[in-house]
Amino acid sequence: MNGPIVSVRNLHKWYSGVHALKGVSVDFARNEAVGLIGDNGAGKSTLINILSGVQKQDEGSIFVEGKEAAISSPRDSMRLGIETIYQYNSMVPTMSIARNLFIGREPIKYSLFGFGVLDLRKMREESVQAIADVDLHLRSPDALVGELSGGQRQGVAIARAMHFKSKVMILDEPTNHLSVKETNKVIGFVRSLKEQNVTGIFISHNMHHVFESCDRVVAMARGQIVLDKRVSETSIDEVQSVL
Amino acid sequence: MKRMLKIYMEKPELAALLLLLLLVVLFQLRSGGVFLSFDNLRGFFGILPEMALVAIGVTVLMICGEFDLSVGAVFALMPMTMAVLMATGVSFPMALVAGLLVCVAIGLLNGYLTIRFAIPSFITTLGMMFVARSLTVVISGGFPPLLPTDLPTWLFTSFVGPGQLLRMSFLWFLAIAVLVSLLLSRTNFGNWIRATGGFLPAADALGIPTARVKIACFILCSVLSGFAGLIQVLRLGSPLPSIGEGMELQAVAAAVIGGTALNGGVGAVFGGIIGVILIRVIDNGLILSQVDANWFKFAIGSLTIFAVVANSWLRKRAKSIKVEV
Ligand SMILES: Nc1ncnc2c1ncn2[C@@H]1O[C@H](COP(=O)(O)OP(=O)(O)OP(=O)(O)O)[C@@H](O)[C@H]1O
Ligand SMILES: [Mg+2]
Repeated sequence: MNGPIVSVRNLHKWYSGVHALKGVSVDFARNEAVGLIGDNGAGKSTLINILSGVQKQDEGSIFVEGKEAAISSPRDSMRLGIETIYQYNSMVPTMSIARNLFIGREPIKYSLFGFGVLDLRKMREESVQAIADVDLHLRSPDALVGELSGGQRQGVAIARAMHFKSKVMILDEPTNHLSVKETNKVIGFVRSLKEQNVTGIFISHNMHHVFESCDRVVAMARGQIVLDKRVSETSIDEVQSVL
Repeated sequence: MKRMLKIYMEKPELAALLLLLLLVVLFQLRSGGVFLSFDNLRGFFGILPEMALVAIGVTVLMICGEFDLSVGAVFALMPMTMAVLMATGVSFPMALVAGLLVCVAIGLLNGYLTIRFAIPSFITTLGMMFVARSLTVVISGGFPPLLPTDLPTWLFTSFVGPGQLLRMSFLWFLAIAVLVSLLLSRTNFGNWIRATGGFLPAADALGIPTARVKIACFILCSVLSGFAGLIQVLRLGSPLPSIGEGMELQAVAAAVIGGTALNGGVGAVFGGIIGVILIRVIDNGLILSQVDANWFKFAIGSLTIFAVVANSWLRKRAKSIKVEV
């Protein structure tokens, strides 16, 4: 299978009067890191929210691995292998790393109608493994996420996405409010997605970050896609000129 | 060692437990040994389950990020509903089912209104408190109906155990406390409750059915309160429309004293129970030490404020103890 892993066709979204997406069509290839760029209010988050099931499009369709997909909740999206990481919304700070990794997808020992007893041992062991797999060095999976730095939190979120074998990872401004060092860590994660056979969609306002870590850049303005090129075939200046 | 210290400081119910031990020793001395006497303990454990059951529900709901101020009124309404039904000849089991259904309906309504209209549950349940209290008085018709004499009261209030120290209600309380505690700490549903109360946007984004989780907690809270009210009425032998007044705030105080965070996500059933025991110990201890009973509310009030301050201080200190994560 060589077709795109995710394609959207003619996506429209209105917010009481605001036409936030005006017929967006775009393909995301397998194992490709795509940078999504655009001014404030361009519609990047809206597009991503539709893919991750937080919002529903008013018109248009989504195809995952060639099949039309009805995504009406975050669960649907996750089930299709799409994992989304936000700056703020991806972790519960009052819970431990191990518990955070499995929120909504807990390993269960005995279950009845979907409710059941947590397999705490499995949660601990697998979270240690998942964290090690993304080269994050955290000593205990029992530490509260609230005690981690912003970069470490994003690392844990990425470890979670990897652990659940997501095929597409969307990162909506994951480096907001991070220090330079922490930002570099997150950029490193984005770069390493390719080796793990994961498609990355990386939203950022920082062109340098996108050009550093992505294969392709897609630029949006006023609810439309205005540029879609390989990084090697364009330049920061060209992207800036269309925004 | 540092690590252990940190873990302990992060367990807020621990501070409450220490305070409890301190107070027990103090009251034991002040009361000339009456406090821990068999008769006093027997009375103490006989009353404890009623408020503790309410506090368990309130604690879970607070961990989930919501409040319920209607618990005191539901505490009265549930047994009153049963009494009125039984006065018209309905059997105890049928009346019990009806009473519990009333609780479920109130919890459902509390949760639905709060979520559907995005209003603070503080307000929804404040309204419900008046509504349920009023209904209790209205259906009692002014005079509390007499309870039938053939009720299975023994199932809830008869004395059992070594030296008949405990009432059956204590066993109900223990079983429910253990179950709810396990639900919270050992099941996936408990994980969802913590996530929902800890940070709602994240729980939503991870696909947790947060509205349903919250509604389930509202229902649990109402049902436990109603059940606790039934136990009190069976103990007293008569359904008074005024029982449970002020209980809603004591339950919140108990949860907070036991380390439950006001903005959700943090807390434990055990903490809430320790909170209730503290409140009861103070109540009982003050009386035995022949202190003017009007100091009771003063003590609970200061304790609540003290607990919140102490917990936030402890948590900050714990955070500053650097163990490598
Ligand atoms: N929940 C909402 N309700 C109403 N309007 C919204 C909502 N979310 C987004 N919009 C509007 O839709 C348009 C696109 O917003 P969107 O958040 O997708 O932009 P963005 O490209 O992610 O911007 P930023 O770079 O600032 O994050 C904007 O005009 C915004 O005001
Ligand atoms: Mg955005």
